[in-house]
Amino acid sequence: MSKKLVLEESAGYNQKVIEYIHRASATGLYEIRGMGAKRHLPSFDDLVFLAGSASRYPLEGYREKCVTKTILGTRFAKKPIELETPITIAGMSFGALSANVKEALGRAATEVGTSTTTGDGGMTPEERQSSKTLVYQCLPSRYGFNPDDLRKADAIELVIGQGAKPGGGGMLLGQKVTQRVAGMRTLPVGVDQRSACRHPDWTGPDDLAIKIQELREITDWEKPIYIKVGATRTFNDVKLAVHAGADVIVVDGMQGGTAATQTVFIEHVGIPTLAALRQAVDALDDMNMRGKVQLIVSGGIRTGADVAKALAMGADAVAIGQGILYSLGCNSATYVKNGEHLSAEAEYAALNTAPGYCHHCQSGKCPVGVTTQDEILEQRLEPLVGAKRVKNYLKTLNMELTTVARACGKSNVHHLEREDLVALTIEAAAMARIPLAGTDWIPGHSRF
Amino acid sequence: MESLDLHKISVRDLNHFLHKEAPAKGVKQVEVLNPDGAHNIAAGMDYATTIDIQGHGGYYVGGMNKHADITVHGNVGWGVAENMMSGSVRVKGFASESAGASGHGGTLIIEGDASLRCGISMKGIDIVVGGNVGNFSCFMAQAGRLVVCGDAGDGLGDSLYEAVIYVKGKIKSLGADARVEEMTDADYAAVKELLDRAGFKHDPKEFKRVASAKTLYNWNADANQEY
Ligand code: SF4
Repeated sequence: MSKKLVLEESAGYNQKVIEYIHRASATGLYEIRGMGAKRHLPSFDDLVFLAGSASRYPLEGYREKCVTKTILGTRFAKKPIELETPITIAGMSFGALSANVKEALGRAATEVGTSTTTGDGGMTPEERQSSKTLVYQCLPSRYGFNPDDLRKADAIELVIGQGAKPGGGGMLLGQKVTQRVAGMRTLPVGVDQRSACRHPDWTGPDDLAIKIQELREITDWEKPIYIKVGATRTFNDVKLAVHAGADVIVVDGMQGGTAATQTVFIEHVGIPTLAALRQAVDALDDMNMRGKVQLIVSGGIRTGADVAKALAMGADAVAIGQGILYSLGCNSATYVKNGEHLSAEAEYAALNTAPGYCHHCQSGKCPVGVTTQDEILEQRLEPLVGAKRVKNYLKTLNMELTTVARACGKSNVHHLEREDLVALTIEAAAMARIPLAGTDWIPGHSRF
Repeated sequence: MESLDLHKISVRDLNHFLHKEAPAKGVKQVEVLNPDGAHNIAAGMDYATTIDIQGHGGYYVGGMNKHADITVHGNVGWGVAENMMSGSVRVKGFASESAGASGHGGTLIIEGDASLRCGISMKGIDIVVGGNVGNFSCFMAQAGRLVVCGDAGDGLGDSLYEAVIYVKGKIKSLGADARVEEMTDADYAAVKELLDRAGFKHDPKEFKRVASAKTLYNWNADANQEY
């Protein structure tokens, strides 16, 4: 009689951990990859809406109006940003993304009446031209940062940190630092670019206040100034940013994506968006600044339901990065050329991955032409096709958002409120401080 | 010449004048009285005019300057001429931290000493310092030249890219990937030209050249993770 093979995987040293140790031992370097955290985290999926019923009445889904207009930067700026929707496109650099993609994002954002954002590497003429409303990032590296583009921007986003890597600087590996990218960043071609994590000309919040004033002086107090923080000590960070004079705060949770960073950052640094959002709203409430300083939340916003939940918890708007990449065809088995779907499976295989599992933006060899500077691969994403897809995606999210808002009886998506939500898990209830469904229980705040 | 007194008007009024009214009127010379360490004086200039600041400036004097020639008849705070694109800024006294940070072009001259991180992240600016520079000067400097007529502090040129540093005095320590290199004829000529521009009398033969060893340009598992 043959012996039965018994394979018992260790929980602590499972296949993934063994693979990690083998890889580290073979290379002596940490892994660098793109996209966001892959582990399970408490998220907006753990919340559901209490729609209208007998105690509250809903609005007619297709007949009664539901306003989505969103205004950002009303505190000090002479020219606040007016958007048709609270769903914006997050900062992603030319360098990480191809010029075609930047153009596609500008076109899509303009068509749906929202904003798009530059990234670590400056503003390209293509994106300025295609974007009606463009937010210009001021990052620690200051690559390509200049007063002409600053004056051309509609808003300025001073980036202190990013959800995927709070406390870490940008990264662009040599294969993506082409002639054009290097020229814009004043770097040697092919260098493994590791940007600074601190700004070169200010450190603490008191300096930051003066820096903000400088940017306002340079732009004659016209443009809203956003401050973006990666989610860690969000309550304190938001308070300091408000104190320093921000018009808008952007909080990026740990589900936020990146073009390239160490996996240890992506999976182990920062707090989930759900927890960060509640802390940010509490900070604004504490300072009596709700409605005066607007709050944008990002990091794992994928669906109209996510947007609605973020707004109900107190955000004024959301910013989406990874969802936009997926909308452009990221992790799709095919790309579209002259209206035809062509297979990209071989290119995924060359990266040792498969559609649905790819996180190889750092490689510069994006199988679908989204996060690449390769002249041949970037042709796989035609700007007009990309723009159409992103426009469809954003429109769908907006429709889902208004559907939920109407069901909750709101004629304006900004009227969604915390009382419209309950939590499905104890973790989410504790982090979002929203009662567990069917109870009044908020762990740590009320008794079961 | 237009004379503006910061005891009588705000920095906002001053900068509004410099950005809008001065170019419209074709003003070629401006004097700023009683600066008293105010921040952001003459930030965001985009017009060729001469500005004399009669006293001390605070943070970001001449920040992001284009075209203007600015002289501070005193000391300055952090980030003087940060992200300068063109034109010039001359500080008659001392400069605090991050002088010329991330500057793309133009010339920054500091007649006294410059504090920590002088020339940090610079991207093409020329900086000439009459005295000493503090620790971590030229940290991650990408392009441009820094001339130091006195001594340099710790960690000079840490993680340098293509910027070049010339130092006359002692270097307390070099940062990761920075090294002292032989001066060539082109270096002597460059130092002479920069000293002449600043109006400083030194012999270029007395300067050392510090540049990147370029060992950190690409990932290297054997580099002992010094980066
Ligand atoms: S398909 Fe492209 S954009 Fe998506 S994860 Fe892979 S490399 Fe990145």
